[in-house]
Amino acid sequence: MNDLIKILDKNGLIFAFFIVALIMYVSYFIGKKITNNKIPGAAIAISVGLMIAYFGGDKGLASIPAFSGIAILGGSMFRDFSIVSTALGASFSEIKKTGIIGLTSLVLGTVVAFFVGGFIAYLMGYHDAVSFSTIGAGACTFIVGPVTGSSLGASSSVIAISIAIGVIKSVFVTIITPFVAKKLQIDNPQTAMIFGGLVGSTSGVSAGLAATDPKLVPYGALTATFHTAMGCLICPSILYYIVLYFLPH
Amino acid sequence: MKIYGVGLLAVCFLIGHIFGDYLGKLFHLNGNLGGVGFAMLILVVGNDYFKQHKMIPHETEQGILFWSSMYIPVVVAMSASQNVKAALSGGWLVIIVGLIATSSCYLLIPLLNNYANKNKK
Repeated sequence: MNDLIKILDKNGLIFAFFIVALIMYVSYFIGKKITNNKIPGAAIAISVGLMIAYFGGDKGLASIPAFSGIAILGGSMFRDFSIVSTALGASFSEIKKTGIIGLTSLVLGTVVAFFVGGFIAYLMGYHDAVSFSTIGAGACTFIVGPVTGSSLGASSSVIAISIAIGVIKSVFVTIITPFVAKKLQIDNPQTAMIFGGLVGSTSGVSAGLAATDPKLVPYGALTATFHTAMGCLICPSILYYIVLYFLPH
Repeated sequence: MKIYGVGLLAVCFLIGHIFGDYLGKLFHLNGNLGGVGFAMLILVVGNDYFKQHKMIPHETEQGILFWSSMYIPVVVAMSASQNVKAALSGGWLVIIVGLIATSSCYLLIPLLNNYANKNKK
């Protein structure tokens, strides 16, 4: 048994290919045969991934020895590489069409998430500008939260909260998007870009769109990646100064 | 050869990251500002240009397409390596902020969408 774990651990990435293939196979089977194609296989597979992660540790399933390769396959390097590759399916003219409105969605999405998140934190007892801003930034994405928190000197528990909020957001977006896509008319490149810009959370947006319609992934992912950039840029600066004006030390 | 496509993809990826990193340094943030986004833009624009001039062989394109077909499996692996337990144990604040802030962003989608459609006409 120990020998087996050693071999699997040593060849972690290869074992991860097998595990993920297994999850995909079972999920697509369930999607096709049991839900009669009503729930996309991708959505089931992603949800299964999250459910399995619950039984692991701080790296989800990857915290369990032998499964460490999952964190490599699902880490930022492979994730970003495969996201970039989806751009091959995007057309430049569609992106140009969204231009200004895409930029508006980026700014609006960041500002709304920041102030709604910060305001709720304020109501629940976080009255200082640094915590307000860090938690608000966490409501943008789980990268913006810690970037903002560490540049403003927030406490580590507040930073942890901001990361957790970002994770909840990406989980929520992943699960909910396929179900609300029709109602919100997320069925064309333009709306997908607006959606990506407003909601941010690259992982949530791209996973959610993958489960909705894989053709829309590059459009949503493109604006979503700039959402994190926008958040890192304006949360610890302009937005923080605005908060500071209302909540002086 | 397929590897040419993978190589091209890698170049776009790296240029995007270098640019994002440079932007991050410019604004004194220890992070990458939109590296992935820039990489995607480079690939989209490059693909558009080369397609028009019919300069991408089918095999090269297959090298890139392989990675986009690996996208969902990678996302599944990513979901499986999230700290779901901590996210859920962060208490009500985490869940309430996460759900309400995200929902308010969703509510803005029809608004911006209508505005965009009106402008088109």
